[in-house]
Amino acid sequence: MATTTQTPTGRKPAAGLSKEEILRYSRHLIMPEVGMEGQLKLKNAKVLLIGTGGLGAPLGLYLAAAGVGKLGLVDFDVVDFTNLQRQVTFGTSDVGKPKSQAARARLSNLNPDIQIDAIEAQLTSANALELFKDYDIIVDGTDNFPTRYLVNDACILLGKPNVYGSIFRFEGQVTVFGMPDGPCYRCLYPEPPPPGLVPSCAEGGVLGVLPGIVGSIQAMETIKLILGSGDHLMGRLLLFDALGMRFRELKLRRNPKCPMCGVNRVITELIDYYEFCGVRGEEAPAPNVQVPEITPRELKSRLDRGDDLFILDVREPHEFQICNLKGHLIPLGELPRRVHEVDSSREIVAHCRSGKRSAEAVDFLRKAGFRKVLNLKGGILAWSDEVDPSLPKY
Amino acid sequence: MPVKVMIPAPLRPYAGKRDSAEFNAGTVGEALSHLTTQYADLRKHLFTEDGRLRSFVNVYVNDEDIRYLAKENTATKDGDTISIIPSIAGGCCCC
Repeated sequence: MATTTQTPTGRKPAAGLSKEEILRYSRHLIMPEVGMEGQLKLKNAKVLLIGTGGLGAPLGLYLAAAGVGKLGLVDFDVVDFTNLQRQVTFGTSDVGKPKSQAARARLSNLNPDIQIDAIEAQLTSANALELFKDYDIIVDGTDNFPTRYLVNDACILLGKPNVYGSIFRFEGQVTVFGMPDGPCYRCLYPEPPPPGLVPSCAEGGVLGVLPGIVGSIQAMETIKLILGSGDHLMGRLLLFDALGMRFRELKLRRNPKCPMCGVNRVITELIDYYEFCGVRGEEAPAPNVQVPEITPRELKSRLDRGDDLFILDVREPHEFQICNLKGHLIPLGELPRRVHEVDSSREIVAHCRSGKRSAEAVDFLRKAGFRKVLNLKGGILAWSDEVDPSLPKY
Repeated sequence: MPVKVMIPAPLRPYAGKRDSAEFNAGTVGEALSHLTTQYADLRKHLFTEDGRLRSFVNVYVNDEDIRYLAKENTATKDGDTISIIPSIAGGCCCC
C-alpha cells in the first residue's frame, strides 16, 4: 500500500487561522453558521474518502475547498478515458495515472493548506480498520457491494459516521449511517443482491452530472457533521430521480435484529466481503455460463474465406449505433420472443460488448435446440483489440 | 382503491420501462401481486422462489418501511404510494 502525504509532519489541533486562511475562507467566516469556530472545526477535521471516482470528485473538491484539514483518498484504480465524462477531478492529461495521486495533485492545487493523503490501495478487510482509525468521518463513494458492506462494518466496529451515497443511471440514494442510535447499511439491506440479479451491462451507464449532485450532497452532510449544525440525514434515505427531477425521502430505522448493530450482534469482526457478496473480486467476475467460443481472429478468418455465418448481436439498439459488426440485432432481453428471427440453418456467432450477455444468449439458444452456436470471446472489445482497431471501444 | 407503485430505475427494464403503475389493492401484497402478474419478469427480482420479498429489496408505503408495519399485509388506502427501493452499488460499470 502506497501512501503519499503532502505534509509529512504530525498534526496538532490548530488553534487559529492564518491571514491567508481568513481571506480564503471569508465567505464561510462571515456566516454565523460557520464563523471562526466552525472553520477551525473544519481545519481540525479528518475525512477519509473511499473512492475518488464519480462521487469522490465533488466530495474531494468541495471538502478540500472548504478547508477540511486532513483528507484521505483511497483508490487503487487508474484514470481512463471513460472516467472523464463524470469524474471531474481528473483532466485528459491524468489518463493512465493512479486516481488517488491524480486527485491529490488536483486538490492540493485547489488548497495547498490542507493535508492530503493519497492511499493507492484497495480497501480490504485487512487494512480497513487501520486506515479508518486516523479519521473522524468516512465517506462511501464506491461502486460495488463488497466494499460498501466492508465500509459499513468497519465504521460500526470503530463507531465512526459513514456518509453514504450511491447511484444508478439517473437515480441516487444518500444517507448517513453509523451515528450513535442511528441505523447502519445492514439495517437497510441485510444482504446484497446475488450476482445474477445485479443489473447487467444492458442497464449500465450513468448520467455524468448525477454523481456530481449526489457527491455534493454527501459533501454537504460531511461538513454539517463536522460543524455539528443543521439536520443531517441520519434516519432518512434521500432519493433523487434526476430524470423526473424529484427528491423524496424515506424513514430509516435501526433494525433491532441487525447482525451488525442490533442487540444480538453476530458480526464482531470484518469478514470476507467478496464471498459474502458471492463474487470473487469485481475485476474478474466468474462467467455465469460456460458455452462454446470463437476468438475474434478465428471469426475473421472464417468470414474472410466466405463461411456463411449468422452474426447475432445481442446488445441494445443504442449500443448498436455506437459501433457494430453488421450483425442481426436482437437485444438479449428480446431474444426469447424473437428467436424465430435466428436462422437455425446457419452456424450462429453471438456477440455483445464483452462476451457476457452473448454467453447467456448462446446458452439460451442451445437450450432452445440450436446446435451450431458460438460465443464471440471478448465481444466487440476483443474484436477491436485483435482484428479491427478502427472499431471504437466504449 | 388505487395505489401508485413507484418502480426504480434498475427494475424498469422488467416493467415495460415504466416508472410507476397504479392498481386497486387493499394491501401491499396485493399491489405487488398485481404488479408481478402484469410484469412477470419482475417477479424473480422482487421475490425469492418461495415467495418471500428479497432481502435487498425494501418496500415502503409512503415513507414507512413495511418491515416495521405489517409487512406485505400492510393495508393501503386510496392515494398511497408504494416505493420499491433496491440496493444499488454504483452502476457506472459495464460489461
